[in-house]
Amino acid sequence: MSQIFHPSANTIAKVSIFGAIFFAGGLLVILNEVNRSPYVTRVGVAREQPVPFSHKHHVGGIGIDCRYCHTAVETSSAAGIPPTETCMSCHSQIWADSPMLEPVRASFRTDRSIEWTRVHDLPGFVYFDHSIHLKKGVGCVTCHGRVDQMPLMYQQNTLNMEWCLDCHRAPEKYVRPREEVFRMDYRPQESQQVIGARLVKEYKIRKLTDCSVCHR
Amino acid sequence: MSAKTWLPLLALAALTGCRQDMHDPPRYRAQGSSDFFSDGRVNRPVVEGTVARGQLRADTKFYQGREGGEFVKTLPVELTKDLVKRGQERYNIYCSPCHGMVGDGEGMVVQRGFRHPPSFHLERMRELPVGHYYDVITNGFGAMSSYASRIPVKDRWAIVAYVRALQLSQNATMQDVPEAERGKLSQEGRQ
Repeated sequence: MSQIFHPSANTIAKVSIFGAIFFAGGLLVILNEVNRSPYVTRVGVAREQPVPFSHKHHVGGIGIDCRYCHTAVETSSAAGIPPTETCMSCHSQIWADSPMLEPVRASFRTDRSIEWTRVHDLPGFVYFDHSIHLKKGVGCVTCHGRVDQMPLMYQQNTLNMEWCLDCHRAPEKYVRPREEVFRMDYRPQESQQVIGARLVKEYKIRKLTDCSVCHR
Repeated sequence: MSAKTWLPLLALAALTGCRQDMHDPPRYRAQGSSDFFSDGRVNRPVVEGTVARGQLRADTKFYQGREGGEFVKTLPVELTKDLVKRGQERYNIYCSPCHGMVGDGEGMVVQRGFRHPPSFHLERMRELPVGHYYDVITNGFGAMSSYASRIPVKDRWAIVAYVRALQLSQNATMQDVPEAERGKLSQEGRQ
């Protein structure tokens, strides 16, 4: 009976065992990269909407306060997507014949909601409350980015758990005075280290990192 | 356990691991959509005529700005510095886009083509009772839509108080400034 394995099989076996470690490792790296890529996290990917609403125009250009539309943000867990009535406060007269705004007028006529595509979508097992973050001095921009420079809405941050924890572990790196929470172009007057440390004490900000804080 | 048993089990476990059920649990979230209700909304409107416990709103002065059908001439809430400050903040959010930061009706939205609202500093506007201003915020007026769903009752009164402060600010004389503050004012004016 002849040999089943050629002598080179010895080398192939050694190399393949060694190679398998790199292959498995490489697979993990790729998986990790994919998981953090905009393809999965949607960071920086502008979404299509029934009406191409521009925060850049409304916030940056006209200077409308966040709360004019997101009225519930200071008192509720959800910031609130405004009802069509809010759009029509101005657009009953401005751009009142624009074909781009027909879905808004149709919604107002028929009393059917405009179905916006949700941009910031936390998983269902995460508890989140806007109002408490504002009261503790977390600016809109800190999480949502400079929306006043976004023609179409996209996610500035991943909303991954590690991203949440980055601030929950060291809030002094991000908090700002309460009066500045809604400011788009806020720059700390002194170093963030000094301001942050002072505000953490003043607002009694605790480092909430227990699992049950968000996963309740 | 033989490989014949655990291999399919492992495959099954691997498959279930890919599902996202916990990301999107079968429950309603605020402002979501629903196939169940005919209007497609998760948020349910309150049945007309509903009065929640403790929310009868019998106080017409506070809730309607009227007493015996007439607009009230004085605030139904206590006038404090905090109230005016709150009013300033709320005014700047909800009113300034049209009425302008000083109440002259030259807001950004007006500059973009919305109908010009009257300046708060006109004689006839200054003579209107506070109840009228409250009523306009609540029910809208002319081209202005109602802000009742956006501004809570107490905040509406705070805004009314601030509008009065604005009116005072544009028509004030040195006599209105407390004597102790006058020096400070003229000093600041020189800078």
